[in-house]
Amino acid sequence: MIILSYFYSSKLALMPEHIIDPNKWIDSYSDYLYNYTITRVSDREIAQDLVQDTFFAGLKSMKNFKGEASERTWLVSILKRKIIDHYRKINSNKGKAEVRISYNTDSETEGDWLEERVADQFDRTAEDNLENEELGLAIHNCIEKLPEKQATVFKLKTLLGHETEAICNELNITPSNLWVILHRARTAMAECLKHNWF
Amino acid sequence: MKDSNKIFFNCNEANHTCDKTQYREASVWEKIKLNIHLLYCRACREYTKNNTRLTKLMNGKEVKVMPTPEKENLQKAFERKLQDHE
Repeated sequence: MIILSYFYSSKLALMPEHIIDPNKWIDSYSDYLYNYTITRVSDREIAQDLVQDTFFAGLKSMKNFKGEASERTWLVSILKRKIIDHYRKINSNKGKAEVRISYNTDSETEGDWLEERVADQFDRTAEDNLENEELGLAIHNCIEKLPEKQATVFKLKTLLGHETEAICNELNITPSNLWVILHRARTAMAECLKHNWF
Repeated sequence: MKDSNKIFFNCNEANHTCDKTQYREASVWEKIKLNIHLLYCRACREYTKNNTRLTKLMNGKEVKVMPTPEKENLQKAFERKLQDHE
C-alpha cells in the first residue's frame, strides 16, 4: 500500500496534471470564452475579436503552460488580460468624441423633465447581471461535461434553434436517433444544473 | 396505426413527447395524451417539471453561444495559425 502510494505520488510529481492540445480549443472553449467576454464588453464583434486574440495568444505562449491549471482556466486568465487591455485602449480615446446630452442646461428648470425625476424601476441591478453571467457559465460548464455527440446535438437544437431535419441531415442521423441523444443530453443537463439552479 | 390511437402512454413515450414539447414539436393529441399520463405517473411529472425548468433556463437571454459562421471563421483562422506555428 505504502509502496503503491509512493509510486503514485512520484508519478504525479513527474507528470503535469494537465496537458495542452490546441486542436480542440475552438470546439471546446469558444462558447465558454465568448459567454465570459460578452457579459463584460456587451458587444458581439468586440467579444469575437477578443476571443480570437486570446486563442492566438494562447498558441503563441503555449510553452509557458505549466499544467498546473486546466487549459480553460489558463485561457480565461489570458482573456482577462485582453479585456483589461481593451478597456484601457478605449479609455485613452475617451474625451475625443464625447457628447453630453442633457435635457436642460438652465439650472433653474433642472428636473422639470419627467424623465429626470422618475426612478428607473426596470433597471437591472448589478446583482442580476452577476447571476445571469454565472448561469451562462454554469450552463457551458455542464455542456462541456456531456459526451461530444450529445453536446453537439444539444447545442444545435437548443441554443441555436436549428430544425430537427436540418440537424439530422448535417449529422447523418435519423430523427428517432436525434431524440434519444437529445433526451440523454437533457437528463444529464438537468442533473448537472440541479444542485445550483433548480 | 393502433399505437398512435391509444390513450395511455408508457413512460418512454411520455418522456419523448415531453422532450418534443420543449421544442414545440408535439401535436395537440400528443400533448393531451402526455397530460393524461402525467395525471397518474409521478416519475414523469418530476421529469416534465425538470425538463420545463431546463428549457426556461436555456431560453434566457443570458446564455450566449458564438454564432456558427463566426465560429467557422475563427476555426479557419486558428487552423492557419496552427500550421504556421508548427
